[in-house]
Amino acid sequence: MELLKVKNLKKIFPKHKVAAVDGVDISISKGEIYGLVGESGCGKSTIARAILRLIEVQEGSVLYKEQDLLKMPYRKMRAFRKSLQMIFQDPHTSLDPRVKIGEIIEEVFIIHDNLSQQERRNKTLETLEMVGLGEAYLGRLPSELSGGERQRVGIARALATDPEFIICDEPVSSLDISVQAQILNLLMDLQKRKNLTYLFISHDLGVVGSICDRVSVMRKGRFVETAPCEEIFASPKHEYTKTLLNASRLHFR
Amino acid sequence: MNKLILSGAAIVIFFAIVALFAPLLSPYDPGEIDIENILTGPSPEHLLGTDSLGRDLFSRMVYGTRISLLVGLIAVGISALIGVILGSLAGYYGRWVDTLIMRFVDVMLCFPAFFLILAVIALLEPSIINIMIIIGVTSWMGVARLIRAEILSLKERDFIYAEKAIGASDLRIISRHLIPNAMGPVLVSVTLGVAAAILVESSLSFLGIGVQPPTPSWGNILSEGKSVMGAAWWMLFFPGLAIFITVLGYNLLGEGIRENILKT
Repeated sequence: MELLKVKNLKKIFPKHKVAAVDGVDISISKGEIYGLVGESGCGKSTIARAILRLIEVQEGSVLYKEQDLLKMPYRKMRAFRKSLQMIFQDPHTSLDPRVKIGEIIEEVFIIHDNLSQQERRNKTLETLEMVGLGEAYLGRLPSELSGGERQRVGIARALATDPEFIICDEPVSSLDISVQAQILNLLMDLQKRKNLTYLFISHDLGVVGSICDRVSVMRKGRFVETAPCEEIFASPKHEYTKTLLNASRLHFR
Repeated sequence: MNKLILSGAAIVIFFAIVALFAPLLSPYDPGEIDIENILTGPSPEHLLGTDSLGRDLFSRMVYGTRISLLVGLIAVGISALIGVILGSLAGYYGRWVDTLIMRFVDVMLCFPAFFLILAVIALLEPSIINIMIIIGVTSWMGVARLIRAEILSLKERDFIYAEKAIGASDLRIISRHLIPNAMGPVLVSVTLGVAAAILVESSLSFLGIGVQPPTPSWGNILSEGKSVMGAAWWMLFFPGLAIFITVLGYNLLGEGIRENILKT
């Protein structure tokens, strides 16, 4: 069963006049990890933001459980946001520098649930523990945390709404190599435990190859190739895919 | 902490204490008339001398501090409130909202503010409350521009996208996340604004259309002093000095905050 279906998505930034995303189709099944690979600036993050309706697009539709998110009235969309979440690339800019970790997570419960202060506190703590952070972090500011810890907070915020579908927009690319593996393991572990569906964006075919079921390779706003992960690695059809593969093999040698 | 902030804060706090404890600090009732001691110079009985009705100038200056600071602070509070609200709406919503508000700002800036205030006061009665409101509603444009510029850059940051993704309302995003992060430059502007507002109030009172006697303010003491300029220097010197030092204090504080914020 298809959870998310993107049809002919098109986004043109008025200043550049070139389509950042130029007619893209994606379909993701429940429980799948769908990879999206491409060089920086090819439109990956634009797709992520368009799906969650964080930016407006010119054309296309995003069907989530057969309902078009892009045409949904604002109020209904807010309720839908619970089930679609996003983890951002740079944990240094994705947390409000003035808000304490506990409050960042608690805010989600303030927005969506009508809970007592004590219940909210418990759920906040529960959510933080899911990503390996404890009570000690509640009163800290983002600036007092390391990159990896901040990214865990970003993941906890996404999990707080208890979503089915999470867009991971290069969640490890701004982290140290040693921390990358920890965060990837955490994401994989959560995916299995909660039967989550991921749209996993990366510029690194190596990272995507190790976790995804299917992969789309993207260049200049279009998909050049979509195939199950093993197939991409075993027999890449498009020249650009081969280039990316060679680049990531160099990386690991 | 740098010297600018320290010296500015010292002056600001000094006058704040004077205003707060005015009844304890003033040896006489500021309205008490003493016909026997008209226009006497500074002396141990009357530290800063007396005015043309024999009222103790020191006591009147102390009570005048209250009025001047009150008008300055509340006027700036009103202007900051209007500026922050309109500026953040313009910056966040953009498009026609932005165009509408910012063109309105341009129009407001076209008027020479002081003469606009003069014209409005001519129509209304010159009470303290009216003066605070009028100074407030004619001085918010700078704050609006600052806030708008800050929010234009802040709203593209990931943490604002994250707020939208978790379903936060526009009101929540603006009030909890954008405005607190945009307040730095506004704080500077507001501090400098207090100095400007005190000057405007003094000027209005000096012209006789500000705070009305017998309520003492630095401006209307100056105004009274003008008519006895040759005979009683203290009637011009001390209120002038008080205005000078207060304005200096707020300006030093504002510049100090600006330097410290821009450096970090």
